[in-house]
Amino acid sequence: MPLLSLITYAPLVGVAGILILRAFAKDEARGVEATRWIAFVTTLATLALSVLLVAQFDASNPGFQFVEEAPWFAGLHYRMGVDGISVLFVLLTAFLMPICIAASWKSIETRVHEYMVAFLILETLVIGVFCALDLVVFYIFFEFGLVPMFLIIGIWGGARRVYAAFKFFLYTLLGSVLMLAAILFMIGTSGTSSIPELMQYGFSPEAQTWLWLAFFASFAVKMPMWPVHTWLPDAHVEAPTAGSVFLAGILLKMGGYGFMRFSLPMFPDASHQFTPLIFALSVIAVIYTSLVAFRQTDVKKLIAYSSVAHMGLVTMGIFSGNAEGEQGAIYQMLSHGVISGALFLCVGVIYDRMHTREIKFYGGLVQRMPWYAAVFLLFTMGNVGLPGTSGFVGEILSMTGVYQVSTWTAILAATGVILSAVYMLTLYRSVVFGTIENPKLQTITDLEWREVAIFTPLIIATLWMGVQPNIVFNLTDASVDQLVRVYQAAIGG
Amino acid sequence: MTISANLALAYPEIILAVGALALLVLGAFMPKQTSLVATGGVAVLLAAAVASATQPFGVAFGGGLIADAAATFAKVAIYVASAVAIPLGQPWFERRGVKTFEFPVLILLSALGMGMMASSGDLISLYVGVELSSLALYVLAAMHRDNAKASEAGLKYFVLGALSSGLLLYGASLVYGFAGSTLYADIAKAAGAEANTGLLFGLIFVICGLAFKVSAAPFHMWTPDVYEGAPTPVVAFFAAAPKLAAMMLFARVLADGFTDAVAQWQQVLVALALISVAVGAFGGLVQKNLKRLWAYSSIANIGYAVLGLASGTSEGVQAMLVFMILYMVDVTGFFACLAALSRQGKAMETIDDMAGLVKERRGLALAMTVFSLSALGLPPFSGFWAKYVVFKAAIDAGLWGPAVIGLVGSVVAAFYYLRLIKVMWFDGSAGATDKPPMEAKAIGLTAAVFAFPVVLVAITWLNPLAARAAQALGLA
Repeated sequence: MPLLSLITYAPLVGVAGILILRAFAKDEARGVEATRWIAFVTTLATLALSVLLVAQFDASNPGFQFVEEAPWFAGLHYRMGVDGISVLFVLLTAFLMPICIAASWKSIETRVHEYMVAFLILETLVIGVFCALDLVVFYIFFEFGLVPMFLIIGIWGGARRVYAAFKFFLYTLLGSVLMLAAILFMIGTSGTSSIPELMQYGFSPEAQTWLWLAFFASFAVKMPMWPVHTWLPDAHVEAPTAGSVFLAGILLKMGGYGFMRFSLPMFPDASHQFTPLIFALSVIAVIYTSLVAFRQTDVKKLIAYSSVAHMGLVTMGIFSGNAEGEQGAIYQMLSHGVISGALFLCVGVIYDRMHTREIKFYGGLVQRMPWYAAVFLLFTMGNVGLPGTSGFVGEILSMTGVYQVSTWTAILAATGVILSAVYMLTLYRSVVFGTIENPKLQTITDLEWREVAIFTPLIIATLWMGVQPNIVFNLTDASVDQLVRVYQAAIGG
Repeated sequence: MTISANLALAYPEIILAVGALALLVLGAFMPKQTSLVATGGVAVLLAAAVASATQPFGVAFGGGLIADAAATFAKVAIYVASAVAIPLGQPWFERRGVKTFEFPVLILLSALGMGMMASSGDLISLYVGVELSSLALYVLAAMHRDNAKASEAGLKYFVLGALSSGLLLYGASLVYGFAGSTLYADIAKAAGAEANTGLLFGLIFVICGLAFKVSAAPFHMWTPDVYEGAPTPVVAFFAAAPKLAAMMLFARVLADGFTDAVAQWQQVLVALALISVAVGAFGGLVQKNLKRLWAYSSIANIGYAVLGLASGTSEGVQAMLVFMILYMVDVTGFFACLAALSRQGKAMETIDDMAGLVKERRGLALAMTVFSLSALGLPPFSGFWAKYVVFKAAIDAGLWGPAVIGLVGSVVAAFYYLRLIKVMWFDGSAGATDKPPMEAKAIGLTAAVFAFPVVLVAITWLNPLAARAAQALGLA
């Protein structure tokens, strides 16, 4: 059974269902309700399949599993497969998707059919990115993801949605076309487009430099790394809540995944050579964007900048080139997917009630919304990296990895952890603590059962990953070990 | 070679010529029977397509006409594209009170000229083919004769077209003077690996003339004006088939006539390609009229096709052919959608007219979105595969610098395609539109379905066919 293709294309079944429904449904209101349910059930089914995938995954095998292969044209193949690095990203995507749909249940009122279709297509594309084992297939999934996201930001976004949508699209497109040139060169030189084969090909050091830079252009924008991060705050602020959750939770991880899948194993010499650059950019990202986050007046923007800072730790971990760094980076990405998604949902809760994201507008929410205050506190702590939450494990491991390679980088990065505590706690204090000064907040209501249901799986994931990190490491160990071994051998370390 | 053996290789041309004249006579005697003439025109074109697909290969008329895999490939595509133009155009003209039977006949004559271009083996048949197709196109551009803009477009097209024919002819005479023959095969022998200055001078003029015909910058000035003024279905026609014919001819002249002098014409073509990409990308940014916008888009796209040719390899020619076929479907589909749209009888031609189209005309708006994304080069649409093969060929031939510049140009152009999508999807509706005519809508939607997802399968047989066609030419 081609399980990976099944997972990848399962959301499209929901799309077909919605389109058929739309063509035949008479009653508009009931049609909309049915669309929501179709989307929700489809994403749950995809999640069930992904859980099945992880359950069947052989953690002791470092290579690719569930491989599917079919010839296409001009030497290209349709190839799918997962290893320990990608399998959890498939699960993360499938896990966050039903949450996104549920979070849009009430906040999206216009053009619901299109919205759900866009999200389901997006799910297919992102899972495809993590499963693709052919460069061109990867590129198709990677690149086409821009379109649904462009529409989601542009149609259902906030006031400056058009500006943000264009910025998002053009920034990422510019990065990707350079990657396309590199992909074409790689296929032309090596005669294969298979990712596993290319990992063993060994490009000449000179070619590696250019190829690395081209891939870097794409992944750095996706990640996003300083200084090409500026599309992110705009896109986040203008996107609807679920769009932000998806963007922060999953799309950003495609950059880090790309570094681990392509840059490190295919261009080890160039990766080694450019490690100081990555470290420098990452340190700047961690410190600079943390400071920027501190000065924000918009809750969403603050969390967006904090995402950039956290991704800085991830890139550092990846390019440290040792097992701790890689494990930490993967863990940080997974944990950030859950926590930042949850934080955006927290913003969504108060935005749905008050329709503003201004920090000044709020204050004293704990008086009226005790449950909300508790949930928000947990994820604030997770974002800060408090031990016991998933955020801690990722941060400590990446920094351990970096410390072995460059002490100074690790020390500077550690200040980021302090800074993140500064801005997150400031945010939490001004929004939640104190007394209610704004009369409009007197009637604000606490979490309803739907919101509690949305937060519950995220809370469980955050805490579980915080105290039981081995559930992740058991799966990633073998593949990460192989990645590190090959990389170290290639750079002669 | 006996005359009958010569004629056997020219069946498609004979069918077209006889068919066109017969339909002209039919129309002259029964001027009311326009739909009969139109049906006949489609039948003749399809018959010619079948004839060229099944004809034997060989060289006829002392080398003037070549029937090979390349000619067949181009001719089948040209004839089918022309056949699509008739049902798209004829009802469109009749709805606007231009009830004439000449439209299908002119399409046939133009297709005949294009077929000759694709088959030409020497400079004389090249020129005859170019002129035959162009003259028919000038008239087609001005078909809507009560419309001032259409007449202006026809006149502009004619004057600049005549200028380019002059350049072409001058170049051809120089080449003949220095090579001593008009046959490509003999020219190739005379040119060798290092063509002498006179020959090179002639070649440059020929290239300039052909660049006019394919509207490659800096010879593109006529394109936006003519696209804007000419009737939309006519634009759908002459943005597609004639471009393929001219590119095929381009490939033939260079690959057969200057086979070994690749290094000499390669740099000229790279320059043409990059200027076209730049002009197309930046020129389109400020356009408000969709037809003008797509004119700039076509300039950029021709730039990519020329880049494929500039690779100077068989793979490059193959890439160019695949590119042109995929591009033809896109551009025909886009203009068919445009021809299908009107608001209270008035054609919708500006970007602002398309505001909120997705709520009004879901199918057409989706199709236009597909064409925009395809032209942008986004996978998995056909435009991506077109660019994929071209850039692959260019990079394999060592032209990675121009390839990167071309790719970055496509990011600039992305802005205007996105703007169209933005207007259709994000903005409020600009009012109800008229019910779209069946035939234009059908052609537009079919082309969109081809652009995605049919292309994913179609490319698997299109690519080997183009490879066979490219191998028929002289390049390695």
